[in-house]
Amino acid sequence: MLSVRDLTRHFTLPREGLTAPPRHVYALNGVSFDLAAGRSLGIVGESGCGKSTLARIVMALDKPTAGRVELLGEDIAGLDARQLRARRRHFQMVFQDPYGSLDPRQQVGRIVGEPLDVLEPTSKAERRQRIAEALASVGLRPTDADKYPHEFSGGQRQRIAIARALITRPSLIVADEPVSALDVSVQAQVLNLLQELQDRFGVAYLFISHDLAVVEYVCDEVAVMYLGRIVEQGPTGRVLSRPYHPYTQALLDAVPRAAADARPRKVLQGNVGSQIKVATGCPFADRCPRVEGRCHDSVPPLRVVEEGHLAACHLA
Amino acid sequence: MAALLEVEDLHVTLETSRGPADAVRGVSFALERGETLGIVGESGCGKSMTALGLIGLLPERARTRGAVRLDGRDLLTMSEGELCGIRGNRIAMIFQEPMTSLNPVHPVGRQIAEPLMLHRGLNRAAAREEALRLLDRVGIPNPAARIDAYPHQMSGGQRQRVMIAIALSCNPDILLADEPTTALDVTIQGQILDLIRDLVDERGMSLILISHALGVIAENTRRMLVMYGGRVVESGPVGEVFGRMAHPYTRGLFAAIPRLGDGRARDRARPLATITGTVPELADMPPGCAFAPRCDLAVDACRLAQPPLLSIGHDHVAACIRTDHTVGVPA
Repeated sequence: MLSVRDLTRHFTLPREGLTAPPRHVYALNGVSFDLAAGRSLGIVGESGCGKSTLARIVMALDKPTAGRVELLGEDIAGLDARQLRARRRHFQMVFQDPYGSLDPRQQVGRIVGEPLDVLEPTSKAERRQRIAEALASVGLRPTDADKYPHEFSGGQRQRIAIARALITRPSLIVADEPVSALDVSVQAQVLNLLQELQDRFGVAYLFISHDLAVVEYVCDEVAVMYLGRIVEQGPTGRVLSRPYHPYTQALLDAVPRAAADARPRKVLQGNVGSQIKVATGCPFADRCPRVEGRCHDSVPPLRVVEEGHLAACHLA
Repeated sequence: MAALLEVEDLHVTLETSRGPADAVRGVSFALERGETLGIVGESGCGKSMTALGLIGLLPERARTRGAVRLDGRDLLTMSEGELCGIRGNRIAMIFQEPMTSLNPVHPVGRQIAEPLMLHRGLNRAAAREEALRLLDRVGIPNPAARIDAYPHQMSGGQRQRVMIAIALSCNPDILLADEPTTALDVTIQGQILDLIRDLVDERGMSLILISHALGVIAENTRRMLVMYGGRVVESGPVGEVFGRMAHPYTRGLFAAIPRLGDGRARDRARPLATITGTVPELADMPPGCAFAPRCDLAVDACRLAQPPLLSIGHDHVAACIRTDHTVGVPA
């Protein structure tokens, strides 16, 4: 349903001098993946890995430097604004911050109904009906439509944001860190809701998160990104239990475990490298505990290491 | 011998637009020299207000009651001048957001040197020398070149290292870290927690680590307090609390975290355990146990009076009258 091919996005930085050539931020360096209807793909990585740029391009909020984003068989990057508007009902987005993403001066009914007004105007009665349905599907009452966002808690606001995304009956929801601003007890409610909605409506999720456990819970497949590339991809259970890439291993090692016998574990040294330089070798080579000579010479391609399981590492 | 820090029945009342709100409602604990204590809870549970109350950094118009004794001297009755001699000197704090807690218009070296000149009376040159040594200790590469850098020229992890260098500068007795790694990436979070742990061991400091993440607390402290609705609902040695969770809230919090590789992944028939409802508003706390409206085990007695802290095991207490239904019962 969603097919992303060789997606590249470079941002040009302002020139530092009259004669100096402008520098670039290499946010995405050739990302490809497919997402089938009703499935969910988790995108995992640290800040600067390009996961939010990827989300913006898939949502057609930004144009790629090169590459294609096909949604339901159509390249959305090539469409003009008017054509795009007609397609927008098929893909919706849920943002991280449930406080910043809802207009505080609008009633919930208007917030939730807005995509409908813009994308597929309907009669008043049907509009009211659809809003009530959307609110009910996320566990809110129809009477909540007359309230304002400040009357709701963080978890309820995220439900409102999900209702707004659902109202056009999309095929794809891009969720950028949808639970990371929520408290633990509320986070579990929203995660369960997302699963239930997928079972009921068959919507696909592109689920962006830094939390591996949350991704394991929600997603069929996971893609681990590092400096604008996918370094490992495959079925969630397999990637997270038997990772091939040292970076995936390091991410797993870094998760603190809540257990009686918790012991501190090995941590990865160094910082995420610069997005401004283009690495000649593996982008992870500077921090990799298993680095070898050849890692600095050529970029390892993303290749099949097991059926359905891909990794970009010379040693895999 | 009395503990290094004794907190006795600490109350913090904030002025809000909806009237006074009791953010902290009778918190007591003691901290020995060299001990590490974790405080865990969700937003609005009062964990940060407890920390700010300890060192007199509460918002204006907040009122405190109770006692916070450092070596027997009550910090709550001290003048601002006396407190200034303690803050940053004997009790140092690391905040969550390293971008907003550093001053953007001063080079980091000067910010590290400031407490050294103020509290330890070093001159400018000696303070700079010491700042260099501290930057090196907290793991900033090439400190001689970075000492004149401004905060915006550093990454989030490096800024947090600078914060730690400032906190360490006067060899404090107590390091107070409020969500020190929440704003950082997971691999950087590990590095910073390692650094804090090494420094605590090396210098014999006491540590109060505040976090919403049970995992962070479990790996980095020896004793823990679980807070809910401004009160301590369970406390004890970390191994004891995780081994025999007594309070329904602690158990609910633990069950609600998705855990890596617990075999539940993709098993839609078994959704994550949740705690129904939401954290109560500070301004309208229920009269009895604050957790009662969300608790499956609540009975009438829970709603009538605040349950006392009852002993569960060695040094392990929980504020719940229904622990016969929780301790040892699989969640």
